Amino acid sequence: MTEKPTMIAFQDVHKYYGDYHALRGITATIRAGEFFSLLGPSGCGKTTLLRTIAGFEGISSGAVMIDGRNMAGVPANQRPTNMVFQSYAIFPHLTVAENVGFGLRKARLPKAELATRVGEALEMVGLKGYGDRAAHALSGGQRQRVALARALILKPKVLLLDEPLSALDKKMREQMQVELIRLQRQVGITFILVTHDQEEALVMSDRIAVMFEGEIAQLADPETLYRRPNSRKVANFIGTMNFLPAEILSEAGGKIEIEAQGFGKLTLEAEQAPGAASGDGAAVGFRPETLTILFEGQTASDRESMAVIEEVVYYGDMTYYDVRLDGTEKPIRISMRNVFGRPVLDIGARTRVAWSPGALVLFQ
Amino acid sequence: MMKGGWFKVYAIGYLLFLYAPIIILPMFAFNDATVIAFPLTGFSTRWFSAMLEQPTLSIAVKNSLFIAVTSSILATTLGIFAARASTRYRFPVKAGIMGLIMLPLVLPEIIVAVSLLVVLLGLGVSLSLWTVILGHVLICTPFCIAILSSAFQSLDQSLEEAAYDLGESAASTFRLIILPLVMPGIISSLLISFTISLDEFIIAFFLAGTEPTLPVFIFSQFRFPQAVPVIMALGTVLVVLSILLLTIAEYFRRRGIAKAGGKDTGGFL
Repeated sequence: MTEKPTMIAFQDVHKYYGDYHALRGITATIRAGEFFSLLGPSGCGKTTLLRTIAGFEGISSGAVMIDGRNMAGVPANQRPTNMVFQSYAIFPHLTVAENVGFGLRKARLPKAELATRVGEALEMVGLKGYGDRAAHALSGGQRQRVALARALILKPKVLLLDEPLSALDKKMREQMQVELIRLQRQVGITFILVTHDQEEALVMSDRIAVMFEGEIAQLADPETLYRRPNSRKVANFIGTMNFLPAEILSEAGGKIEIEAQGFGKLTLEAEQAPGAASGDGAAVGFRPETLTILFEGQTASDRESMAVIEEVVYYGDMTYYDVRLDGTEKPIRISMRNVFGRPVLDIGARTRVAWSPGALVLFQ
Repeated sequence: MMKGGWFKVYAIGYLLFLYAPIIILPMFAFNDATVIAFPLTGFSTRWFSAMLEQPTLSIAVKNSLFIAVTSSILATTLGIFAARASTRYRFPVKAGIMGLIMLPLVLPEIIVAVSLLVVLLGLGVSLSLWTVILGHVLICTPFCIAILSSAFQSLDQSLEEAAYDLGESAASTFRLIILPLVMPGIISSLLISFTISLDEFIIAFFLAGTEPTLPVFIFSQFRFPQAVPVIMALGTVLVVLSILLLTIAEYFRRRGIAKAGGKDTGGFL
């Protein structure tokens, strides 16, 4: 795949609110046509960063470039960006069509052309024929669609989405996720999504920037982020990660020799330590689904350890086991798919656990 | 007596106390006697014709309407600025400034009137309808700010940002989005300040100079017993007009809210 051109570039962006340092040296690029997510807990600066692109927030130092142009001094109403707000910000006193066509007011199109373009935009978001409805009478999901149509009708270079799905119920949210992905592929516009929902970010994005306290902790594609988080913080924010203490014995030629509690002496590849790790206080991390509880007659394809089951949580399709590997103090979580015919084990049972050194990540 | 019976008595007594005097008004306005006393002697509309023949009355009505309309528009305009500033922007000593602006709400009117009079005379300004308007704007503005602040407060800030984001200027955003959405609040504000100004006596009495206003005229008429039934007729007309005005304003306010799909918070009727 050829590298797409840069659409947005942050160059050492800082933002202060009085003494509060909201953005602490953001440097990143977002590519044209990419579905990009800013993911982080509330107060991490993700919305602030989005609003610096829209022009609603000024920056204290650094530069925000859109399509090669420095946005310093360019007000929000002249930027090639449009935004879908968390509250949708549908104008309640206007009809659906008036809302969607609002951005075209300045263009002074002939009535027929305006109606055509509004109709097209409504059709694109699946609201064909809703034009004459009063905007305030719409459901949450419909408002969301109107907000999308209203922002996309201007054919912006970048569409900014500020937690657009957080107000919807779970079913609706999952449906809209799929529709947003489809829409983004259809129009080819760069989408930038702000979300605190890691699952949403993983499902929708080409690339994700994980933010904590005004800084980007890791910027990667969803799979890298999940498989090779570069810090314990990122690992804990995205999904569940088990940790066991480990000691680094030696590092040479792209190989790292470690001794990990419960796993013994191991050799890891350098890429299994995406964050810098050295000396004391290191740990190996692994996802609950990378370990397997072996049932009678099964054999491990790679390595195998003995463990005691300390807690069983049954979820229907899945069972979560908290097990303690021999030679460790703290239980770890293993998730098992409840395949037909396989029994759910009891608390206190001794069992064998299969694992693989390749699934481990080394953290400081 | 059944449960809650005393509350019923209390409620009925309260309403009687409030409205009985107002019901007396038309009764004596249409009564064919100079003396205000029961029993009623007969039906007559002569007090109303006598009212229309009063030249000072029509001047007083014109003056009062002019003062009330001008003051309510000025006070509401000032109120819009202040409410917008206090709800949307942060600036140093905001609480202190807003407190000072709202102070006339609790300041005795007689103090306001006397001090205004002293200052105006000291400055050599001659008293006229405009000096009354000045005083009325002063006392009405806090009410307007209180009403308009809640209207501006309930406005989602992203609505403005959305309009701006879609290419509108700050001015056109205000005209296209903010103004229509706070219109119910503006109507309430105009109505309240119009009513306050129309029946305001103390400031008008001190600052009007030789110009009569309606409340001042009515007060002056009570010196003449034969004029009292005319005042009753005038009062009747005013009550009917007030009810009419409130109804019309409330209709427009509710229509505005229904159109914007908002929740009805407050209002008069």
